[in-house]
Amino acid sequence: MTNHYIDLKNSDCILIMGSNAAENHPIAFKWILRAKERGAKIIHVDPRFSRTSARCDYHVPLRSGTDIAFLGGMIKHIIDNNLIQEEYVQYYTNASQIVSPGFSFEDGLFSGYNSEKHSYNKETWTTVKDEKGIPLRDYTLQDPRCVYQMLKKHYERYTLDKVSSITGVPKETLLRVYNDYGATGAKDKAGTECYALGWTHHTVGSQNIRTMSIIQLLLGNMGVCGGGINALRGEPNVQGSTDHAILYNILPGYLKMPSGPVDTLAKYIEKYTSKSTDPQSANWYQNYPKYAVSFLKAMWGDKATPENEFGYSWLPKIDDGKAYSIMHTTDVMYAGKMKGFFAYGSNIAVSSPNTTKVRKGLQKLKWMVNVNIFDNETSSFWKGPGVDPKSVDTEVFLLPAAASMEKEGSQSNSGRWVQWRYKAANPPGDALSDGDITMRILDAVRELYQKEGGAYPEQVLNLKWDYKDAFGRFNVHKVAKLINGHYIKDVTIEDAAAGTKEVNKKGETVPSFAKLMADGSTNCGNWLMSGSFDQKGENKMQKRGKEDPTGLGLYPDWCFAWPLNRRIIYNRASCDLEGKPYNPKMKLLEWTGDKWVGDVPDGPWPPMANKEKGKYPFIMKADGVGALFGPGMVEGPFPEHYEPLEGPLAKNPMSGQLINPAVKLFKSDLDKVANADQKFPYVCTTYSATEHWCSGFTRWQPWLLEAMPEAYVEISEKLAAQLGLKNGERVKVSSVRGEVTGVAMVTKRMTPFEVEGKIVHQVGMPCNYGWFNPVENKDDSVNLLTSAVGCPNTFCPEYKAFMVNVSKA
Amino acid sequence: MKLSRRRFLTMSGAIGSGVALSSLGLDLTALKAHAAGISKMDQVRMARQTTTICCYCSVGCGLICSADKLTGKIFNIEGDPDHPINEGSLCSKGAGIFGLTEVNEHRLRKVLYRAPKSDKWEEKDWDWSLKRIARLVKDTRDADFMTHNDKGELVNRVETIGHYGSSNIGNEECWTLSVACRAMGLVYIDHQARV
Amino acid sequence: MKQELIKLIDLSLCTACRGCQVACKQWNELPAKRTKNFGSYQNPPDLQWNTWTLIRFQEYVDQRGTLKWLFRKDGCMHCTDASCIKVCPTKALYHTEFGSVSLDVDKCIGCKECIPACPFGVPKYNKETNKILKCDLCYTRLQANQPPACVLSCPTGALQIGDKDAMLKKAYKRVKELGGDANVYGDKFVGGTHVVYVLPENPQVYDNLPENPQVPLSIIIWKDILKPAGLLVAGTVVAGAFLHYITHGPKTPDDETSDDETTCEGGKEL
Repeated sequence: MTNHYIDLKNSDCILIMGSNAAENHPIAFKWILRAKERGAKIIHVDPRFSRTSARCDYHVPLRSGTDIAFLGGMIKHIIDNNLIQEEYVQYYTNASQIVSPGFSFEDGLFSGYNSEKHSYNKETWTTVKDEKGIPLRDYTLQDPRCVYQMLKKHYERYTLDKVSSITGVPKETLLRVYNDYGATGAKDKAGTECYALGWTHHTVGSQNIRTMSIIQLLLGNMGVCGGGINALRGEPNVQGSTDHAILYNILPGYLKMPSGPVDTLAKYIEKYTSKSTDPQSANWYQNYPKYAVSFLKAMWGDKATPENEFGYSWLPKIDDGKAYSIMHTTDVMYAGKMKGFFAYGSNIAVSSPNTTKVRKGLQKLKWMVNVNIFDNETSSFWKGPGVDPKSVDTEVFLLPAAASMEKEGSQSNSGRWVQWRYKAANPPGDALSDGDITMRILDAVRELYQKEGGAYPEQVLNLKWDYKDAFGRFNVHKVAKLINGHYIKDVTIEDAAAGTKEVNKKGETVPSFAKLMADGSTNCGNWLMSGSFDQKGENKMQKRGKEDPTGLGLYPDWCFAWPLNRRIIYNRASCDLEGKPYNPKMKLLEWTGDKWVGDVPDGPWPPMANKEKGKYPFIMKADGVGALFGPGMVEGPFPEHYEPLEGPLAKNPMSGQLINPAVKLFKSDLDKVANADQKFPYVCTTYSATEHWCSGFTRWQPWLLEAMPEAYVEISEKLAAQLGLKNGERVKVSSVRGEVTGVAMVTKRMTPFEVEGKIVHQVGMPCNYGWFNPVENKDDSVNLLTSAVGCPNTFCPEYKAFMVNVSKA
Repeated sequence: MKLSRRRFLTMSGAIGSGVALSSLGLDLTALKAHAAGISKMDQVRMARQTTTICCYCSVGCGLICSADKLTGKIFNIEGDPDHPINEGSLCSKGAGIFGLTEVNEHRLRKVLYRAPKSDKWEEKDWDWSLKRIARLVKDTRDADFMTHNDKGELVNRVETIGHYGSSNIGNEECWTLSVACRAMGLVYIDHQARV
Repeated sequence: MKQELIKLIDLSLCTACRGCQVACKQWNELPAKRTKNFGSYQNPPDLQWNTWTLIRFQEYVDQRGTLKWLFRKDGCMHCTDASCIKVCPTKALYHTEFGSVSLDVDKCIGCKECIPACPFGVPKYNKETNKILKCDLCYTRLQANQPPACVLSCPTGALQIGDKDAMLKKAYKRVKELGGDANVYGDKFVGGTHVVYVLPENPQVYDNLPENPQVPLSIIIWKDILKPAGLLVAGTVVAGAFLHYITHGPKTPDDETSDDETTCEGGKEL
């Protein structure tokens, strides 16, 4: 979230699209309803009428997988009707920059496409710079090659007729949403968007979000109270596990994972350190070397020296351009090339797409280590349906873990609030915290390497690994401090201009990432978390102050929010060029002539109007402005509508390119696809409800199982009548990849769509059931139906749109 | 006041609900027996109260856990009214979080091991299990460690061990896992960010 | 009476997150039972001895053709003229100082008279313990000045508790804000209930909600006319049986109905 949960109350219009907030984030919905009580409009755009729809001003049913068409139409409407926040668009976005002459877009493809590799050469996806390297700008936004005009041209094709025909949303309903949301382009109005897996689980997942980001920039809704793009994330610490990079493509703090060609630290620093010659750009990522070196010092400790590139070479390297997501992992597993697997607090035999392939892949492992508080379909895969344990050679360990209230540590919510939680009781029996388990496993591995040597032991043994307390337990405080960072020698910082001299003692915690050093004199496990301790070692994540001086719900003394306790990111964009708030009633920040007052500002510099010292507001971007033209994406700088991998249409009504051109398919015999196939005529989408959680963790909890006992299939009355199905009877749902059962829930809340002149039916199923528990339940994972294909930027699987058939069980 | 909630609970627990509960995997009987004679409210007042953060979605609601000072066992978890986000409120998952504590009969209490071709779990101790896991990790890593990829670039990695999870553990645990995976040379590293 | 309280249920704010349903079970240590999905989000299908409060789900298309998904938190209404108290032969059911209806389980003899007496279908019988069980508005929490578990859990303010007059004032103010068919339900019958709804739709729209709940006439005759006349000479059990005879005729209430009955509420065949 660029903003945070409580801030939802400050909005004037909340578009919930790609989220079922009332069901999956019920306490977030509390703040949404507070906004509604204040008079805000709440709109739910979703294939299904859910508990969220029930409490919104209105619900708009939309065919799964057509969000970009829907939002593309909104961009066109905003531009055509001049609903933009003009000053914001001119000065705080790249609207004024001139797109390079080689850039083009034709029939669904941008310039530079390689149809064999399914990827783009992005060299034309740039803007023109002057001789100093500063982007050329036309602040009148009239140049036909300026980003604004190019954007306008790109979305000219997204007419009401076209969008209605793709999405199945009537034109008058489209206009209603476009006008209601477009009204937040007024300087003193804020609109926000809440999304969740409903947007990410598509082959165009990242571009769904990008499209909305464009709208938010056009309307001046980024960086303001009640605005922003707000990902309501699904797991309690998925923000933290992402920040700390239990991911193949990044290191903690979103530092890039080194790849093969980047074989030295110098090359790494050169490649990823952001450069800008524009004096008004803060270009925050010019600090990359400080964060990278401090991370290496945290990881390898004393072993990391300038002479050995701070241990850079000990890090494993990925192949350039190759992905190693869980879909790739299970593909390799199924091919028999994976021998060992660690599964912490997870259940891929239910939650991963094309589960048949996943389960068969698990059977080919030599060994697997599970860490969990319950047994589940993954740890017990060897006794799953159709599996003969005698034919499975895998050694399986199931290690008992502590539940969250049985251990201490911090947890980051979607709003980047890092809250400390305390231990309320000991875990039962032999169970240990995940931290203790990791500690012990690696201790045992290191012991073997110490004794026996082996392959490249430096990698294993040079790791700084001294996180135990006096009793041999995982010392969560020590790790937390290392994540924050320390001075590892006395560091004196002299500012001759200001006449100040600051002495920092060895061992003190670094109070801010602005103080980190690139020479190895600081360590820091994750620069974003630097400042979670003050210099005296006070843990700010434990702060529980209830003051709210701005009245905006920022609660600056309640825990720590990264970065630097900033509650709303890009908050300098809430003020005009002189630093006066666009909305004086929601004074998030204000420049008083010598300093910013309000939230922790996105940098101390004066506002933009000060040509000498002022900075642009989007400090994380090299050019300092929000990106309407976004060349970072793999499938194009402007989002374009493509059909899902499996959909009801054989042709994309928008272009000759049916699916996302950057999508790569897995090629195993189990990776089958059935697009526009009469055998699978209905669109299916999957989800969780309030009483569910992820792969069905809640099935082990009687109160929640009682409330949601079995898998169900939500079916419209029309489709049920057509199929002769009655409410409550058992049905079978099948795709080209598999088959599952559930109870038919015939409901007025599902409605067919009129798409390209034809009726398209959609059904929906929860994704939280599996064979293991409850034992009498025959309903298995809905992911037996889904395909292992994902957004090519992130590899989030396309769970939200695929094709099925439905019949009586 | 003559009526005692606790006596009432004791009765329903002893005769009826205990059976029903264990059949569904939540054993509240010990809890009820222990506290017989005093009201739950009194028990909460006398408890050791600890705050924690909900372990389901990412809203980050505050909870208060009440644990008996003598046994150290949690017997009640409810929303923290002082928490600015949830202000004491909880959804059905959060309100039922007590069901995740050790009263839940499904909770794992022992290390379980399944040998090749076996059709059952065996209980093991930590020491044996950790040694065995370390042996498997080392043998796999030693056999398959790649110093260079097919382009001849220095990669220092192992592609035959994967790691998945978790986004429901603490930050300090995540960070530790993140560096531990890299120190073993893993590159197939992922968690629930995508699902 | 110490302080007469009202729990206000504003259905226009309910998101059916069922925090209340589970919080009630957590606080009161009520077990779960095996259920089946009967084509609805609602479960358990009805109030049970182990389910004192329940969100009922109901799809409804209004006169203008707008689809609404109605959520109603069902549970004890804590009546002033409480039929259950009137018929209870052992005084197991009684009014507290807050006006709520509590239950002394030790005194309950399992006669089940309160079941047919209640116009809202609230008291439920547990065969194994031979006891009636129902919501007591978290009496011990109220005594400790704590909100009932359901009210504490409610995220959106759909559940509130407070002084009777203040809550009624709030309810009428809210109804005015909502306009349309919105109405206050609870203050105008059975002497006024201590659970009051703000209903966005007319009462008859809601499944299982009596339009005009009353203390059954037979009970009024028995309790307020015959009993004071000194008829009650036999022991309470006999009296209970007699009461039952005059209110229902010679038939025992079905033990199972209170427990496992699956209603079509919210999951009507369409």
